[in-house]
Amino acid sequence: MTGWLSPAEWAVVALSLKVSLLAIALTLPLAFALAWVLARTRLPGRVLLDALVHLPLVLPPVVTGWLLLLAFGRNGPVGGWLEATFGISVMFRWTGAALAAGIMALPLMVRAIRLSLEAVDRRLEGVARTLGARPWWVFTTITLPLCLPGVLAATVLGLARSLGEFGATITFVSNIPGETRTLPLAIYTALQVPGGEQAVTRLALVSVALSLAALLASEWLTRRQRGRGSDGL
Amino acid sequence: MAFDVDLAVARGGRQIAVRFETQARVVSLFGPSGAGKTSVLDMVAGLLRPAAGHVRVDGETLFDAAQGIALPPERRGVGYVPQDARLFPHMNVRDNLLYGWRLTAPARRWLALEEALDLLGIGHLPDRRPATLSGGEAQRVALGRALLAGPRVLLLDEPLASLDRARREEIMAMLERIRDDLKIPIIHVSHDRAEVDRLGGLVVEMG
Repeated sequence: MTGWLSPAEWAVVALSLKVSLLAIALTLPLAFALAWVLARTRLPGRVLLDALVHLPLVLPPVVTGWLLLLAFGRNGPVGGWLEATFGISVMFRWTGAALAAGIMALPLMVRAIRLSLEAVDRRLEGVARTLGARPWWVFTTITLPLCLPGVLAATVLGLARSLGEFGATITFVSNIPGETRTLPLAIYTALQVPGGEQAVTRLALVSVALSLAALLASEWLTRRQRGRGSDGL
Repeated sequence: MAFDVDLAVARGGRQIAVRFETQARVVSLFGPSGAGKTSVLDMVAGLLRPAAGHVRVDGETLFDAAQGIALPPERRGVGYVPQDARLFPHMNVRDNLLYGWRLTAPARRWLALEEALDLLGIGHLPDRRPATLSGGEAQRVALGRALLAGPRVLLLDEPLASLDRARREEIMAMLERIRDDLKIPIIHVSHDRAEVDRLGGLVVEMG
């Protein structure tokens, strides 16, 4: 199996997974918070927030990448602050690739988590309150366990989206071997090289396998939540 | 005074108002569906904020708009049995029954798990999942879950509505036993005259 991909190609797969995992670790808490606000609160600016969250889904990825460049560049408002405060920069780094992938995965994750939150029966939470549970305990013992399969499905979906991220990444952090050259970028690079078809095929197969596995896992988890209460898990 | 209740709220463009003051240990809210009976239970439980009024049970003030008192649901000590039982689907029957019991200070509990299993005839169910229970079984577990939290008042929302004739008789007998043996005041919601007459107490017509 290890002989099937070259060491350089394995490194690409490993880098892709590393970038995607960081992306999802950063995005998940934010996505959950946003989904909560959209599903459970009557905030005045909710419609606008909803639109903003969905922006990366409909914007050309190159525009998202350019906006990230403006915000996180050395002279950008966020980038300048990061540099001055912590002495770190995400420019042309794998962390920047993770940031781009996370932003692109955000809308999908917010959508899926929001749906799973809306599927939780509010009466159950009310009953738990009357039984003596404070709001935080209700969240921990009722809301979270009931929406957890949906949240996991969202996580897997976000992971798949991150693994496929191309446009915003190449715009924001360029295509640097070993640093920001993830699977899609490696495929794109191989396509530019005469005789690179074999490498393209191998990497494309890895992409298809990873995406398919993620979609199946996500679908299975979603069904699991829908099945709750009817098959008793 | 067992109950001193005066509540008003606007729901879906309609004005819901109810008022009763009584020594009776059982109060039945009677009326057609859509009359706002469940909303009244929600207000007593603290799940719905009334626009005005007050709720006092056995002299204890749970809500008083004029005095600015509004205990949160977890401090009201109401045992709420919602329509269709609403058991926690991800927990087995035992964990459902003990959910409130575990959150109740030992001094305030007045029923043990074994007693509840006996009283309600559900000793064979603790390891089952709610989804595998019949309507009557689920209703009894919901009753047990409410009683085990040591409530000072029991709220029953259409406890017989989703049951067939045989099950109705069974649950009704159980409610009579709770009324007579446990001495806990009950607010009961129903659209069925026969059910209301049988439990006795004060009947408040709504709608």
